[in-house]
Amino acid sequence: MYQYNDFDTAFLAQRNKQFRAQVERRIAGNLTEDEFKPLRLMNGLYLQLHAYMLRVAIPYGTLNSAQMDTLALLAEKWDKGYGHFTTRQNIQYNWPKLSDVPDMLDALAKVGMHAIQTSGNTIRNVTADHFAGAAADELEDPRPVAELIRQWSTDHPEFQFMGRKFKIAVGAAQKDRAVLKAHDLAVRIVQNDAGEIGYEILVGGGLGRTPMIGKVINEFVAREDLLAYIEAVVSVWNQIGRRDNKYKARIKITVHEHGLDDIRARVAERFAQIRPTFTGADQKLFADIKAHFAAPDFRKAPTVEFETAYNANPLFRSWVDTNLSGHRAEGYAIVTVSIKKHGETPGDATAEQMRTLAELARKYGHDELRISHEQNVILPHVHKSDLTAVYTALREAELHTANIGLVSDIIACPGMDYCALATARSIPVAQQIATRFDELKLEHDIGHLQIKISGCINACGHHHVGHIGILGLDRAGVENYQITLGGDATETAAIGERAGPGFAYDEIVPAIERLVNGYLELREGPQETFLESYRRLGLAPFKAYLYPEAQANAA
Amino acid sequence: MPRAFTPKVVTANALIEGDVIYLTSQDSWTREMCDAELMTDEAHAQLRLLEASQQVDVVVGAYLADATASDKGPQPTHFREEFRRTGPSNYFHGKQAVASQDGSTL
Ligand code: SF4
Repeated sequence: MYQYNDFDTAFLAQRNKQFRAQVERRIAGNLTEDEFKPLRLMNGLYLQLHAYMLRVAIPYGTLNSAQMDTLALLAEKWDKGYGHFTTRQNIQYNWPKLSDVPDMLDALAKVGMHAIQTSGNTIRNVTADHFAGAAADELEDPRPVAELIRQWSTDHPEFQFMGRKFKIAVGAAQKDRAVLKAHDLAVRIVQNDAGEIGYEILVGGGLGRTPMIGKVINEFVAREDLLAYIEAVVSVWNQIGRRDNKYKARIKITVHEHGLDDIRARVAERFAQIRPTFTGADQKLFADIKAHFAAPDFRKAPTVEFETAYNANPLFRSWVDTNLSGHRAEGYAIVTVSIKKHGETPGDATAEQMRTLAELARKYGHDELRISHEQNVILPHVHKSDLTAVYTALREAELHTANIGLVSDIIACPGMDYCALATARSIPVAQQIATRFDELKLEHDIGHLQIKISGCINACGHHHVGHIGILGLDRAGVENYQITLGGDATETAAIGERAGPGFAYDEIVPAIERLVNGYLELREGPQETFLESYRRLGLAPFKAYLYPEAQANAA
Repeated sequence: MPRAFTPKVVTANALIEGDVIYLTSQDSWTREMCDAELMTDEAHAQLRLLEASQQVDVVVGAYLADATASDKGPQPTHFREEFRRTGPSNYFHGKQAVASQDGSTL
């Protein structure tokens, strides 16, 4: 993975020193909150309902064991012993004191981490496929491109004060695991008929108040043109994007209002202007970056022990079947560690759990970890002969839940338990749904089903693209939950359809249970997933399960 | 027709800790909503908010929150303020975890 050079280290030290001075001036009363707020936001520091919140960037979700150990240290020393992994592959601390934040940032800098551009109207932390570098179905590792974009966008003078934030994701596989089509801009690494590698560029995706699926603006951008092309897109939007209304400021609205062809033409024109200014330094940099991401030395070893354990231990088998994915190297597996133990807060890991994960990465995982936008942690390179040891260690840390992709593997944003923008809670809804389906012992039977919950229209919990989406609202002073169905976060992305009237806080879990039971009755067999049934049958039959009374009244 | 003024408290977050605080009638800040000053007069409430907002080295983001009178002091009327004065529902953290002590003013 990428290692900071002297320039990066010096840059970060300088930024942290600046911010320390700003915090001191704020505490001394020499800066007002109005003056300080943009400065703290530039450094990832928010003020939430009960405390400050520090959002630390984990670029494209990749980190090593020393970094994970540092995240544990922050949780223990300056927070309440845990951290929250987010849908942008970042981590948030919910309880830091303002006066401690400079020390937290210094601790992060020691392992090449920071909180820059995790907030504000800038280009945010670049996300990527969380199986990058390990997936059997990828064309190449997308992280060098993500790192190139990160370096180009960090402190980019033209893009520090835009009309709104701008989110970029990168993927390189057949399957889209990075929700590419819900990003302002997405880069998909592709191969053309001549066998050359290049980039398909999508723009105008996004969730929030007006959800939109990203559209292809360019089918093939040559390798050496990538940064100039992205810069042209951001630059065109930065110039013509709306600044009169925050809800219409994202590029999805610009694309919608101007039309894709108009934007494409403007980008082409801008690209022609700026392309000559990219004189090849970026390509040299890219070559350097690539060297940082060389694949680990995969080893060869017998896997008999694994097979014996798989056949002998049903719990281990269930975990293997549910939480492992195909690796590109023979004898290896990708392990997704569930941070969704039934009844716990999705995405929350304690300091001890983080240390266990760091230790496992060191011992069995070529020192690599990933955070997924689904709020789980990944050990991307584990040899099968080590899986029993990994499983045993995970069990001891209560990290062995076998539920990846199942009904209890829920995405939930912090909602009104923490977030100042929330209109309702999301965490307890997720906890109750997971607990309920665990009691029913049905989830393996139900199969692949993604529930995603947001505590307000901003949609950090990706509810629009959940097979079942839940949106918490404030209806006349009480929490109310709206359900959408049929959303899809993958290469076949779709925005879910609103099912009907919302449910009160104490009605939402029973409603979900009715809905899922309905699916079990409607499906053609266990091989047909919830989403497939929904696509085959449409909304109507599912609605009948959600609103049985309306059905009875109509009859 | 202008809406009738409903009783309010001045609330904010503390500058250093970031936690929820309320303005008392004694001009101090308390961490307990029940000790806050409940204001029923709009002009007075606006004035108190202005005074509170000027304390830039103590508080952040002061605003008026709806509250009702009770024999235990002001109580929230909206669930958001209920969470703010209690803490999150997934962990026993925040206000609910801090044993309420007398004189927990800033
Ligand atoms: S969706 Fe709303 S409530 Fe949830 S984290 Fe985002 S802004 Fe906060």
